Amino acid sequence: MMKKTIITVVGKDTVGIIARVCTYLAENKINILDISQTIVQGYFNMMMVVDTSESLKAHGDMADDMDRLGEEIGVIIKCQKEEIFDKMHRI
Amino acid sequence: MINIYEVVETNNMIEKENLDVRTITLGISLLDCIDSDLSKLNDKIYNKIYEAAKDLVKTGEEISREYGIPIVNKRISVTPIALIGGAACKTVEDFASIAKTLDKVAHEVGVNFIGGYSALVSKGMTPADELLIRSIPLALSQTERVCSSVNLGSTKTGINMDAVRLMGEMIKETAEYTKEDDSLGCAKLVVFCNAPDDNPFMAGAFHGVTEADKIINVGVSGPGVVKTALEKVRGESFEILCETIKKTAFKVTRVGQLVAQEASKMLGVPFGIVDLSLAPTPAIGDSVADILCEIGLEYAGAPGTTAALALLNDQVKKGGVMASSYVGGLSGAFIPVSEDQGMIDAVVAGALTLEKLEAMTCVCSVGLDMIAIPGDTKATTISGIIADEMAIGMVNQKTTAVRIIPVIGKGVGETVEFGGLLGYAPIMPVNGFSCDAFVNRKGRIPAPIHSFKN
Repeated sequence: MMKKTIITVVGKDTVGIIARVCTYLAENKINILDISQTIVQGYFNMMMVVDTSESLKAHGDMADDMDRLGEEIGVIIKCQKEEIFDKMHRI
Repeated sequence: MINIYEVVETNNMIEKENLDVRTITLGISLLDCIDSDLSKLNDKIYNKIYEAAKDLVKTGEEISREYGIPIVNKRISVTPIALIGGAACKTVEDFASIAKTLDKVAHEVGVNFIGGYSALVSKGMTPADELLIRSIPLALSQTERVCSSVNLGSTKTGINMDAVRLMGEMIKETAEYTKEDDSLGCAKLVVFCNAPDDNPFMAGAFHGVTEADKIINVGVSGPGVVKTALEKVRGESFEILCETIKKTAFKVTRVGQLVAQEASKMLGVPFGIVDLSLAPTPAIGDSVADILCEIGLEYAGAPGTTAALALLNDQVKKGGVMASSYVGGLSGAFIPVSEDQGMIDAVVAGALTLEKLEAMTCVCSVGLDMIAIPGDTKATTISGIIADEMAIGMVNQKTTAVRIIPVIGKGVGETVEFGGLLGYAPIMPVNGFSCDAFVNRKGRIPAPIHSFKN
């Protein structure tokens, strides 16, 4: 069964953000289901829906790794299980 | 599938508008700990709470990490200690030893408050109830994380005026015992009319005897989210205003429901209720008073405040009820003074008085909450304030409460700092006319009639 996580990247747009995140995901067997991006109030917002059912990393470890990766690139990367959005926006 | 705008909206609520889960409270029954030997009783209480709650904080942090939502407090509520300690405790010191046990285990498992140092005396007091009440000043001065509450009346039983009189004295005494810390003990002591059995919020949380052995109750928050949503509908009709509050309350409560279910699953403890609350904190932008201002008032306390609050409270419930499978606790907007920057500002500006706050408690959750008054206020005056608030709860079939702090050594115009979530407060004037002869009458006020409603 799929276990969906939402990865969001917020910050200044720079070269290679998606590449860095995707490399990490591929290395850890996390499948990308959807990617979308937009500019909100001057900030680059990227959202990925990923399936972590085969992931080599536990959610907490993945979130920590993403925190670190975000710091390196100079953006904020968050990993949240899909349910929080689903519960809030769907009846 | 969820789209990026919904994701951004949720994350803005969390990051910019202070959306959080205010508390996961684990209710634990101590009825099976009862023993006539005090030291055995204390051991049993410690062990039961420790075993039940040892993973609570860790679980809360894990859920917080998974969903990216702050869970501010992890807390414990227990069966009212007057019932648990009755067989073993012969002196106030005996009861206070149980408070110390609760404090010790709270530190051990890492929760910031433990509630249930309580007595339910809405009709009468047993000797154990009275002894526990008399031990409250000692217990609160010797502990850090223990919260105490006393239920003094209900719609079905009337108001126990003997207990109201006693609590006026105990609040004064607690203030004296903790005067070195600006009478902080009184911030952890609340009296109720119609106290709910499943309240997750402090200082009034206790685990009622109607509850299961263990239960998870969750309190949500999000005044900032409601305020921001209302900024977008300035000048619109009441219909649009109300719809906006309702939809926002739905979203906020859904997060609480999710967290409650997850916590229940991870801890193997049944899910009790979600408390549909708007609970402010002293942080800027986390204020219920600011919502009232956004609705159209210059300050909380201006004419129209009671109506605006009634509307707000009702829409929060209407939106929240559909978002959760079980709703309970106090459910509604909280209006504490010291914990809400907008309320503090209103007091300082002279817009908000004790009497207006009393009127506001008729239409919202809880009651006179976190109000600092002069330290030389008489015990009978405090009892009179309590009796008024209990009467509002009794007649209107709702929960009301009083948590006031007579700050020893301070008077009107001065400020008291409690720190952290408890905030700070300007000391408010109290009506100085006497109610001694009223309060000193013995007995109880009979239950009200439930017909001929006017």
